[in-house]
Amino acid sequence: MSATTAPAAASRKPEFSIGRFLLEGRAFFALIAIIAVFSFLSPNYFTLSNFLIMSSQVAIYGILSIGMLLVILNGGIDLSVGSILALCGVVAGAMMQGVELDWAGVILYPPVWAVVILTIAVGAGVGALNGVLISIFKVPPFVATLGVMYVARGVALLMTNGLTYNNLRGSAELGNTGFNWLGFNRIAGIPISVIVLATVAVLAGLMLSRSAFGRWLYASGGNERAAELSGVPTRRVKITVYTISGALAAIAGLVLSSQLTSAGPTAGTTYELTAIAAVVIGGAALTGGRGTVRGTMLGAFVIGFLSAGLVIIGVSSYWQTVFTGAVIVLAVLMNSIQYGRGARKG
Amino acid sequence: MTRAASHTGEVVLAARNVAKSYGSVHALKGVNFDIHRGQVTTLFGENGAGKSTLMKILSGVIQPTTGEIILDGRPVTFASANEARDRGISIIHQELSLAPNLSVRDNIFMGREIMGPTGVDFAEEERQVRRLMEELEENIDPLTPVEELRLGQQQIVEIARALSVDSRILIMDEPTSALSASEVEVLFKVIRDLTAKDVSIVYISHHLEEALTITDHAVVLRDGTMTAYAPRAEIDLEWIVRNMVGDNYDLGAPPATRFGEVALSIRNLSVPDPAGFNLVDKLSLDVRAGEIVCIYGLMGAGRTELLETCAGRLTASGGEIVLEGREISHLSIAERIARGLALVPEDRQRDGLVQTMTVGENLSLASISSFTRGLFTSRSAEKKLIGDSIRNVTVKTSGGGAAIGSLSGGNQQKVVIGKMLATRPRVILLDEPSRGIDIGAKAEVFKLLAQGAEQGLAVVYTTSEVSECLSIAHRIIVMHKGRISAEFDSTVTKEKIMAASGESVAA
Ligand SMILES: Nc1ncnc2c1ncn2[C@@H]1O[C@H](COP(=O)(O)OP(=O)(O)OP(=O)(O)O)[C@@H](O)[C@H]1O
Ligand SMILES: [Mg+2]
Repeated sequence: MSATTAPAAASRKPEFSIGRFLLEGRAFFALIAIIAVFSFLSPNYFTLSNFLIMSSQVAIYGILSIGMLLVILNGGIDLSVGSILALCGVVAGAMMQGVELDWAGVILYPPVWAVVILTIAVGAGVGALNGVLISIFKVPPFVATLGVMYVARGVALLMTNGLTYNNLRGSAELGNTGFNWLGFNRIAGIPISVIVLATVAVLAGLMLSRSAFGRWLYASGGNERAAELSGVPTRRVKITVYTISGALAAIAGLVLSSQLTSAGPTAGTTYELTAIAAVVIGGAALTGGRGTVRGTMLGAFVIGFLSAGLVIIGVSSYWQTVFTGAVIVLAVLMNSIQYGRGARKG
Repeated sequence: MTRAASHTGEVVLAARNVAKSYGSVHALKGVNFDIHRGQVTTLFGENGAGKSTLMKILSGVIQPTTGEIILDGRPVTFASANEARDRGISIIHQELSLAPNLSVRDNIFMGREIMGPTGVDFAEEERQVRRLMEELEENIDPLTPVEELRLGQQQIVEIARALSVDSRILIMDEPTSALSASEVEVLFKVIRDLTAKDVSIVYISHHLEEALTITDHAVVLRDGTMTAYAPRAEIDLEWIVRNMVGDNYDLGAPPATRFGEVALSIRNLSVPDPAGFNLVDKLSLDVRAGEIVCIYGLMGAGRTELLETCAGRLTASGGEIVLEGREISHLSIAERIARGLALVPEDRQRDGLVQTMTVGENLSLASISSFTRGLFTSRSAEKKLIGDSIRNVTVKTSGGGAAIGSLSGGNQQKVVIGKMLATRPRVILLDEPSRGIDIGAKAEVFKLLAQGAEQGLAVVYTTSEVSECLSIAHRIIVMHKGRISAEFDSTVTKEKIMAASGESVAA
């Protein structure tokens, strides 16, 4: 028996297979299919104006789902984003109505830019609270964010007594006009909310693929112990992703209340579930360590365009719920097909 | 210690022309392999030679691309490992496959629970586990969760699980990589009992001398083909090495370096166990720049705890750790790495690798800052670092973009070592660095460490194999129950080292 000399490491060419191609691009193909089907069913669907309207709705979910993606990459979950969205909307609304300072006997009307910054700070603060609970006090993410979800919603209800702040337009005498700019204006025909979404997505994408922090995030989501022993500051990573998620929920809250020019404490209920669905449809693994911004964006558009399409062709909202659920299950099924193979033990 | 192979047992299980490909990677290229009744067949081969792949095929875990499996003279196909187990074939996997949150008992009977009239008969299961542990001479409580066990103990549980099946063919893929000599001795006694009962064994190990004491037949695999076969009487260490890697190997000698200042100084270090006693007990040790220190000890001697405390994973209850003159006990793991102290952990699956990342991303994980320019990482700098690491530690892979799970066990180990060496440490701690790597790679890694020492790197490594103590180490420390029980220079004999570890010196 003689030794056959073989090349030490066979170079692996990526084999092209149609199945694999479809599997990896599934969210993209799903989106194309949705657009095709609804364009066929309704003449109103495939128009530029409809796409812009749908996109500005998707923007809210999209912004939330990017924050959710970061949290899920870390192996966690953030159930509080819907409530943070509402809380931040209410906080912004309260500031627009004027902050009464009893001891000074004056009512302050902060300018819109200050409202925006303060609101984002509130969202980030609540997110950071999540992060601290989870990373330092070792509360499981599901439980910590569930608790914060209730607390944030409750605070929002308390602040408004259950009512809604209407008319957030501000007034010229008070120097606080412009709040509706976020929700209504367009630059080169594109709604501001879509531009905000695109900016957030590009920044998050760059962070994930090109920065050290992105690498830390993928590593600590994939195997926290190994990441820690490799010098990854896993706690800081954790607190940061929840903080970002909270801040993005605040931005979504601002966009939403600006679109509605009102801010209510019950806004954004169950939005966290939609955000999770978008991330999952986009191919991320709930166990952490796997997922991309591109996938998540596709996931958000799949959900948004699907439900908008169903509305346009006049399908009952009960059926919408059924369809959305089916899409989520299908997506998870394909995730497990994709990640189930190629991995091995030993 | 060789046993006279009374007769050449008939072939019970055989592979005929078995080939296995993963895409364009040919793990096996038409292999014939026989397992003889009541005898031990050892399988030798470099990392990535295809040993684990062949064993997984024989035990039904994966299916061959082409070729046949013959059981008792008749071709069979196994759709799953359970099917093979029902036919009497069981396997101990190279990588542990235990559920960490479950108890030892539940792990051992997972999927084969003993049913009584009122559900699972836990008492009976527990009794059987106690009997198995007695047989293996281990003091492991059946109700302990597996995650609380040390790596070596987990390996014992894995062995016990395979033994509990009462199979007639037992495949052991590196069952002893985390065990020390006395535990291996016990395992060998168990193997001899099994073969006396006509159980057939396949044994894979990179501890060649150890494997030689138990083998009846030896088979060598190389690059997916069988390159040599011989019965026990015709083989010796030199034969194996020649057929495995082509030429002779040498684990090296202590490099003639001039020691510098004390690089790492451990003073009166104590590490507590949750149960109260000390895993490391007021231990003091100085390592100079350019010095190589080997720590030998039995399982549970406190070696892992000592190294993990130095690296910052565990917190000490007392004592000081001084790195190049600065006390570092209060620093985080990341800060210690930045100061030049790196740890290669013992358990590569749990502590070493991120399974969701590629080979390249794993290799560069600990040194991201070295290729970050401003806000962003530099792709070209990272690529260079990955390429260098793959070459340095000789990882057999199709490239930096390959999934880490596609590497053979030994090559995964090399990735963990390469990752920490890439941080350019001044003190490197390696916990069982040779776990699962072949002799060629072992020599390679030791050479790398020796070269590092020549440039002033301080090296501390632990091992459970005495012959590895007597290679590049300038100084050999023996640990016993958290303390240093003896200290030797490189001229010591194996017997002295083993005696100091509290191990009965096997005749
Ligand atoms: N799922 C997979 N995908 C791609 N390649 C694989 C896969 N499984 C195994 N291989 C390749 O097959 C070859 C043989 O691997 P195998 O695990 O059998 O080696 P081994 O002899 O057990 O090595 P070691 O001593 O390191 O455990 C390796 O080159 C490995 O990279
Ligand atoms: Mg192997």
